[in-house]
Amino acid sequence: MLSALLVAFGVALVAPWLTVRLGRSAGWALALLPAGLTAYFLSLGPGIAAGEPLVQRVSWVPQLGVELAFRVDGLSLLFGLLIAGIGTFVAIYAGGYLAGDRQMPRFYLLLFAFMAAMLGVVTSDDLILLFVFWELTSITSFFLIGYKHESEESRANALQGLFVTAGGGLAMLAGFVLLGSMAGTYRISELLASPALLVEHPAYPVALALVALGAFTKSAQWPFHFWLPNAMAAPTPVSSYLHSATMVKAGVYLLARLAPGLGGTPEWFWLLTLVGGATVLAATGLTLLQRDSKRLLAYSTIVALGTMVLLIGVGTDAAIKAMVVFLFAHALYKAPLFMAAGSVDHEAGTRDVTRLAGLGRSMPWTWLAAGLAGISAAGLPPMLGFIGKELAYEGLLGAPWLLAVMIVAGAVLLLVSAMVAWAPFAGRSVRAPKAPHEAPLSMLVGPLALAALGLTFGLAPGLVQDGLMRPAAAAVLGAPYAFDLYLWHGLTLALGLSLLTISLGVVLAATWRRWQPALRSRLGGVRVGPVAVYEGGWRWLLRFAEVQTRIVQPDDLRQQLTTIVAFTVALTGGVALWRGGLESMVWAPSGAYLHEFLYFSVILLATATVVRSHSRLVVITSLGVVGFGVAFVFVLFAAPDLAITQFLVDTLVVIIAALVLIRLPSSALRAEGGRDTRWLSGAIAIAGGALITGLLLAVTSLPFDGSLTHFFEANSYPAARGRNIVNVILVDFRAVDTLAEVVVLAVAAGGVGALLRRRLRRGDADGERRAPEGGRR
Amino acid sequence: MKSLILRTTTRPIIVVLLLISVFLLLRGHDLPGGGFIGGLVAAAAAALYAIAFGADAAARLLRVRPELLVGWGMATAVVAGLLGMVAGREFLTGLWWVIAVGDQEIKLSTPLLFDVGVYLVVVGVVLRFVLSLEER
Repeated sequence: MLSALLVAFGVALVAPWLTVRLGRSAGWALALLPAGLTAYFLSLGPGIAAGEPLVQRVSWVPQLGVELAFRVDGLSLLFGLLIAGIGTFVAIYAGGYLAGDRQMPRFYLLLFAFMAAMLGVVTSDDLILLFVFWELTSITSFFLIGYKHESEESRANALQGLFVTAGGGLAMLAGFVLLGSMAGTYRISELLASPALLVEHPAYPVALALVALGAFTKSAQWPFHFWLPNAMAAPTPVSSYLHSATMVKAGVYLLARLAPGLGGTPEWFWLLTLVGGATVLAATGLTLLQRDSKRLLAYSTIVALGTMVLLIGVGTDAAIKAMVVFLFAHALYKAPLFMAAGSVDHEAGTRDVTRLAGLGRSMPWTWLAAGLAGISAAGLPPMLGFIGKELAYEGLLGAPWLLAVMIVAGAVLLLVSAMVAWAPFAGRSVRAPKAPHEAPLSMLVGPLALAALGLTFGLAPGLVQDGLMRPAAAAVLGAPYAFDLYLWHGLTLALGLSLLTISLGVVLAATWRRWQPALRSRLGGVRVGPVAVYEGGWRWLLRFAEVQTRIVQPDDLRQQLTTIVAFTVALTGGVALWRGGLESMVWAPSGAYLHEFLYFSVILLATATVVRSHSRLVVITSLGVVGFGVAFVFVLFAAPDLAITQFLVDTLVVIIAALVLIRLPSSALRAEGGRDTRWLSGAIAIAGGALITGLLLAVTSLPFDGSLTHFFEANSYPAARGRNIVNVILVDFRAVDTLAEVVVLAVAAGGVGALLRRRLRRGDADGERRAPEGGRR
Repeated sequence: MKSLILRTTTRPIIVVLLLISVFLLLRGHDLPGGGFIGGLVAAAAAALYAIAFGADAAARLLRVRPELLVGWGMATAVVAGLLGMVAGREFLTGLWWVIAVGDQEIKLSTPLLFDVGVYLVVVGVVLRFVLSLEER
């Protein structure tokens, strides 16, 4: 498993290069990676169906008990197949959808990195490892939502998705740590083997709430649902892959995975059914307001996710069976629906379903795919979606209120199918923004194949029953569960409910054009509930940051320095005076030589020159002299490395400062800041200097702890083969620190470089604007 | 700056400076010096060249963009760390190869490689500053 993941991440890294190299056929060729992974998971199938999960463990951070532990059981297999299988078609589809896009190389890098991370999520057997992969999916999702990074809206939506999911992820990490300390292990399979340890622990409700928060944010459950429709800013291949078939199901996966250990309690039942039910209701209502095909599909995805959470909450054998089948069916129909909607957008130029009709004539194959998937989504026979919905009804027979919610939701899902898979294609054609024509082969293969699978498995559910559905349900239930899937259940109550749902849905769809505009105009612009809270909180945070920045970090460098030094003096000095600490200070200027006084008087003289002078060049060079004076002090105290560094840094600072000051207008030094601020600055500076001097004297008056010095002196040569202790510390004993500092340097260089370039460009633009005025004069 | 004196003296001086910088880098493990100090000397040499001949000439002499130096430097430092892991030890564990040449011995090591990385990053960072400011 580890090697499969490493291959996936490796291919992701070289994907940009391959994309450029392969040109037009990049999509087809790159799809070989997910196709290979699909084959790999299929090859695991028989063993897993026989009840022998694949287990692999590699030590990673033994000190923390974190390991690269993988365990592929029925549930992991189902998810792995969906991720790799749909990934194959998405890779092909994207090749056509993004043809000619300059950013395509970046896209495949992100897509495959996401895929690898998502596979990691569903195969990890270690909570911390799972968390790492989980956050990786959030980050790749962020970049993919913000793919059109030149659009403000795209960026805002990407940030929103990241904040909601990564915020939930942090809560989840806290929950994981709690679980780990409760059970004494981070290994999921061990954790689940002893549910009593978890459920009876006093911290159980807290851990459950935290973990559920992670799952709910990721799977767009109410009240965190709002990020998912906004994530539709991403290109359609991303929507169909991350935001319907795989990533948003990670929350469902987590709940299903932990169900044997955390489930079965009243807290679990009520939390999941209430949130799931609320999600279904809220999303059902919001669906009615939508006209954009992708947003319609996004809300119906939330309905489906709510249904799955609710079924896991109910947790009976029948409910879990329904959840597993419904999840599979949903992935098989939602991904092609998204792809078809994307093709329509791509070829006809709009996603507004009211502006589209009669496309069936020009896009017959797309219609076929959308139609098949739509029938499955509507829960009509003979599709897998029908079986899934029937099972869901059966699973909820014991909870009538949930059943009622599901029936309304089912009717609205049928409406969505009609709007996305029927209305744009049927009837007489209208004028679309672009003259529509059939999508290229690459954009047909995926939707057709996936929709056909939905049909095949609907007609012959036996194909996936033993190998896929039973092991998956067994993994969620924690015990083997033998069940059979049929398309025709006989005349059951569920069938009656299905008929009720279908007739309700047909009525809704038939009258849609009459009531939708009125509903939309009345409620469309209203922003209440969680979105308003999120947006309000966001505005408040930005305003707070702005005010705070203006106080602590104003544009003027002198004010910034004043703030920093004044606060340091006030707080540190205040505490030192109040709590005591400076009284150990000993003033003993004994044994000072004449040349030492000479150095210090040079430093003092240079400082005085800095303060007195009005010429920039004099100020800079004098500052350099101060620095050199300090370097000589290091020489005096036998610290050659420090001294050399100080000399060099001061030389370069003088050069760089000179280069900066040459660019400033000549009046800048004297124009601002009269006598008053000079005196104040002087007072603060002297106070700062006095404080540091006092602290240094106080510290050096205390007995010196030489244990570190002795350690380095004793070990530098024997252990690290170096006689220069300073360098040995830098490159060996504390090399990790140095590495981090190097990274900081690099980041700073990037920032400064970008700022300077921007400044200079703006300066040039100003210069051009000013030029004509000068000419007139 | 179009100063004939500066330009004429700069050429030999930067050769000496660059030699010193490498010298400081290589001897750093036993005597004062090291990647950071060596990098600063090399950067000072390049800055001198940029002042004397202009940023464009300095960039031409350098051949690669400073950002690339930073990137390669970081990569080198990380690789030096990873070599320790390849050898089955922890990240950044020092590995040593001592080669005897006559009565002298040359010490090659991953800490030295790490220091080379630091050297490259420092040169790249300072040059990024100097070249952006010197550019017209």
